[in-house]
Amino acid sequence: MLGLHKKDFNLLLIVVVLAMLAPFILNPFPENSGLAQFNAGYPDLMQKFVIFGIFAIGFNILFGLTGYLSFGHAAFLGIGSYSCVWMFKLLGYSVVPGILLSIVTSGIFAWLIGIISLRRSGIYFSILTLAFAQMSFALCYSVLSNPKFNLTNGETGLQVYNNDPQYFRGEGSPNVPHFFGMEMNATHKMELGGWLFQFNTGYYLCAVIMVLAFYLSIRIFRSPFGMMLRAIKSNNTRMNYTGLNARPYTLAAFVISGMYAGLAGGLLSAVDPLAGAERMQWTASGEVVLMTILGGAGTLIGPVLGSGLIKYFENIFSKINDNVLHSWFSFMPDGIEDLMVTLIHPFVGKGWHLTLGVLFMLIVIFLPGGLVEGGQRIKRLISGKKAADETEDEATQSTPAE
Amino acid sequence: MGILEVKNVNKRFGGLQALGDVNLSVEENSVHAIIGPNGAGKSTLLNVLIGKLIPDTGSVSFDGQSVLGRKPYEICQMGISRVFQTPEIFGELSVLENMMIPIFAKRDGAFRMHAVENSSNEKAIIEQAEHVLESLNMADKRHFNSASMSRGDKRRLEIGMCLSQNPRLLLLDEPTAGMARADTNNTIDLLKQIKDERDITIAIIEHDMHVVFSLAERITVLAQGTPLVEDTPDNIKGHPKVREAYLGESA
Repeated sequence: MLGLHKKDFNLLLIVVVLAMLAPFILNPFPENSGLAQFNAGYPDLMQKFVIFGIFAIGFNILFGLTGYLSFGHAAFLGIGSYSCVWMFKLLGYSVVPGILLSIVTSGIFAWLIGIISLRRSGIYFSILTLAFAQMSFALCYSVLSNPKFNLTNGETGLQVYNNDPQYFRGEGSPNVPHFFGMEMNATHKMELGGWLFQFNTGYYLCAVIMVLAFYLSIRIFRSPFGMMLRAIKSNNTRMNYTGLNARPYTLAAFVISGMYAGLAGGLLSAVDPLAGAERMQWTASGEVVLMTILGGAGTLIGPVLGSGLIKYFENIFSKINDNVLHSWFSFMPDGIEDLMVTLIHPFVGKGWHLTLGVLFMLIVIFLPGGLVEGGQRIKRLISGKKAADETEDEATQSTPAE
Repeated sequence: MGILEVKNVNKRFGGLQALGDVNLSVEENSVHAIIGPNGAGKSTLLNVLIGKLIPDTGSVSFDGQSVLGRKPYEICQMGISRVFQTPEIFGELSVLENMMIPIFAKRDGAFRMHAVENSSNEKAIIEQAEHVLESLNMADKRHFNSASMSRGDKRRLEIGMCLSQNPRLLLLDEPTAGMARADTNNTIDLLKQIKDERDITIAIIEHDMHVVFSLAERITVLAQGTPLVEDTPDNIKGHPKVREAYLGESA
């Protein structure tokens, strides 16, 4: 089906179902229950899940297949965001040209940066990409936002103003980003018993694009091109003495993954037309590395799971404050309640990074293959099979991609 | 005029003369061994032949074309394949995939972007790869993870990967180093079989005299970066200069 093997097709099917039903799956708790704060099924967060999923899928094409660890991928995310907002400013609020331009510009930048960075491998490659990303950040944050030539609008961030030209804006078309008239921020709410489900246009557009991006990545993984990339990761010496030139392969992988990042950046602007330089900072580049490793580098579904987990932590754990903790432990005697709250306090709220860090360490040490390896182990436990030769990356995770 | 011609090659590393005036001619379709004690310059010579090192002076030509200054992949495309001292295979890939990659390279050249085709639809390539595996008696191992195989099997696979491209010259760098006796003998048999079945020139650098004398038709003895003698195996065996180079003057 669709040029995929049965196993891959099933995986794609699972992703499609999860993406389409996410508003239900991510909202397991009724609205007025105490657990409602763990619900992730609201538009803003769901959009982040799929957009950063695209970012991580693209990053995995470079890192998972070739082993080249780029520490500057956020630069392409930012370039994509700026490109999309500029299309809004110049042409109008339709998201299509913006998303297309964000893919093209980030592809061009990836090509330029790739030509230089890929002259080195290993840690030197990582440092070069990091340097380029920090230069891009500095350019966007200050250099390119002076009164004479204001490309990025500096700290404020690039946004659309009423006096922007918007040459192709039709009469009566929405004054917010839209996809052929469908407003990106339009949300259809459905109340069902105690539950509230939200269906957001922006989310569904991003989800469809994510499914397409995921499909393309499966095709790349299973293609001769993907095989060559894995061969480069495995043994570059043999690759060269086999009569293959590794450089164009790695460059192509770098450009493809840069375009994925640009697409993600464009979508971030499409759902919220504001692009700031902080999107390009090195912490953002590090985040996508974490996502990919957490989920399982080199696996198909891993990066999506990893990005989901990190975004969930970022948005849900960070909201648990002391008041919430007190209400959880209120059944305990006062002294113990205070003690519990003091103990847990550093790991939630503003300290969510601490929980993430601990989790990351545990996974890297005990599950080097990331969440996907965890899923495979559970599967093997259930089916009672011994650790077979299932080292291939056919990950059939059945846990929801939150 | 041989298929591989090395003329007046010199290479210095700082104060060390690694190669001094090396002249070497490898006849087409012969098995030519290069032997010598440790530090004789065998590996340096090999690295010059495959484009990894550029000599200070002299020339190296393959089939009339200079190989100097070419990249390894270009030299490979000229028809020179190299087998390494420690088997260099794609450890993370299956045996069959290992075998498919050189066949892709032979068909498509140094680079081709086929990113959305499905590699399991490349029937011709797979068939050819399986054919090579069968000739190596490895067909039953095609789905093995190549990194988990024995040294001998890895060597066998590596040689197969080289042969699948139908090279005109096969360069082997101590192909039996670090191998068990049985694996060594298997490798010798494999190389003999290759020699009998194909029109191929084999140049072999080796420490193990058993391997050298079972295979070679011509032998060059290197000592201190210079060829000492070049002759048939029978003449080399009793050659006083060779004994001297290997065992020291008192022997």
